[in-house]
Amino acid sequence: MTRILVLAEIKNGKLRNVSFEVLTVARRIAGDGEIVACLFGSDAEKYSNELARYGAQKVYVVENEALNRYTPDGYKQALLQVIDKIQPQILLTGHTSIGRDLFPRVATRLKAGLVSDCTSIDLDHDIIFTRPIYSGKAFQKKRIIDGLFMATIRPNNIEAVENPVVSETIKLQAEIKELRTVVKEIVKKTSGKVDLSEAKIIVSGGRGVQGPEGFQLLQELADVLGGAVGASRAACDAGYCDYSMQIGQTGKVVTPDLYIACGISGAIQHLAGMSNSKVIVAINKDPEANIFHVADYGIVGDLFEVVPLLTEEFKKLLSKNNTVMN
Amino acid sequence: MNIIVLMKQTFDTEEKITIQNGQIVKDHAAFIINPYDEYAIEEAIRLKEKHGGEVTVMTIGSSEAESSLRTALAMGADKAVLIEEDENQLLDEYSIAKILATAIKEREYDIILCGNMSVDNGASQVGPRVAEELDIAHISTVVKLEIDGELVKAERDVEGDMEMVESSLPILVTAQQGLNEPRYPSLPGIMKAKKKPIERLDIEDLGLNEQELEAKSIAFEHYLPPKKEAGRILTGELSDQVKELVHLLRNEAKVVSH
Repeated sequence: MTRILVLAEIKNGKLRNVSFEVLTVARRIAGDGEIVACLFGSDAEKYSNELARYGAQKVYVVENEALNRYTPDGYKQALLQVIDKIQPQILLTGHTSIGRDLFPRVATRLKAGLVSDCTSIDLDHDIIFTRPIYSGKAFQKKRIIDGLFMATIRPNNIEAVENPVVSETIKLQAEIKELRTVVKEIVKKTSGKVDLSEAKIIVSGGRGVQGPEGFQLLQELADVLGGAVGASRAACDAGYCDYSMQIGQTGKVVTPDLYIACGISGAIQHLAGMSNSKVIVAINKDPEANIFHVADYGIVGDLFEVVPLLTEEFKKLLSKNNTVMN
Repeated sequence: MNIIVLMKQTFDTEEKITIQNGQIVKDHAAFIINPYDEYAIEEAIRLKEKHGGEVTVMTIGSSEAESSLRTALAMGADKAVLIEEDENQLLDEYSIAKILATAIKEREYDIILCGNMSVDNGASQVGPRVAEELDIAHISTVVKLEIDGELVKAERDVEGDMEMVESSLPILVTAQQGLNEPRYPSLPGIMKAKKKPIERLDIEDLGLNEQELEAKSIAFEHYLPPKKEAGRILTGELSDQVKELVHLLRNEAKVVSH
């Protein structure tokens, strides 16, 4: 029987949505096999019901203080002990900061193949992993040749579907020792803001935004929409905003439902990072700008006029709807 | 301080990708050093300038990769190692990490630097895999690095938040954008680079056999994303355009609702 192990993640006191997405993928390829989730940290147990809601038939929790902050050594030790216990054939997690840091190490330790950043995993005789390359300029399909199947799945790409099952929670006492890296402090720079890689709506600015003040306008629009603010390389290089906001082949690759590009010309390296967004809106003064080639809707105009109007219009719409709903 | 930098030659990020017979066409493409590896090279040179020592850049690739190694030497690296790949052997991230780790084991090192990902394959695997092969610690997506004796202090970018991490040498560090501003090679640097040694190795020189390097995964198909149809450019008074856009996003595209 196929056994799939899913490493779930807690962030800011909540299970991450990507963990549900990964469980959804696991269900799709499990057949009549078993889906097991694992979760680390001192209060891991309290989340196990929620994992059952998305199809985890067993939840292994390793409640060890040493796992409250992620370290490659700590998580590797815990995960190897869970793997040893349940002997999965397939091991999945999100392509998150933790997934991309931990899984390669574990894969090499287990002499296993790992397919990173999958946008879909399908069962077609064999398990077929689909992933973007060149930041989405092209795609590839991969197979694991033999051994354990490992993959990380891109967040915000597969819709999480509830699939409640009766679940059993198993506490595992794992020995965690000799951590070679120590996390001294975490400085939250994103608190209160929507995480760019998981945002459903992104308002993004380029050189045309002209400075940090311009980005304030974009932030206001993003706030109204409950979205996040991104930037092109040109805007980051010009010092208008932080590199952590950069979208493109260098920077983050995003696939939100709605991407509003403001004052972005549309260099190929930027398009690679966002052109797989569901709906793209371009706002640019230059009607010849490359960005209009990938946009679903375009407004040729000055973003300093358009963006505030758009913010106002959305404010009206969304407050109206809220009144109706209330 | 002995510093090893792992680097990869990649397509220029302004290149378009074309596919023929299911494979990416590499002819006539412009190649660059993977931008994340460029941060690693720059950081290595800065560490050398501060602490002394030697920077060795290492890559796996065809003989064309030599030009990128020369660029790294011109920036200020001291030595280069080109591990020539056998085009007939299938390599994946597992095999690549194995080869690099084997080549590293023969050398003295205090710190290994590389990009946190390559802009072509984008898997973010090789750094942590090499660290595991060598059984040393690693810190990934680093935007600030300080070394004081054996102590390593790093700031990591963790999905936009900042994590302060401490560890000790030897260590592998993967570079994130923002770590530094890579220098351009100077003219004297370029002249000097011509005389710097490039060591050429192949798999056999490393004492590895094909079986040990067998790939665990294989890419069997490549394709381009479906071409987007041309979108709609709105017209009319700006304020009407904005109203229309909001209406379209809500009712046609259905991406805004509350």
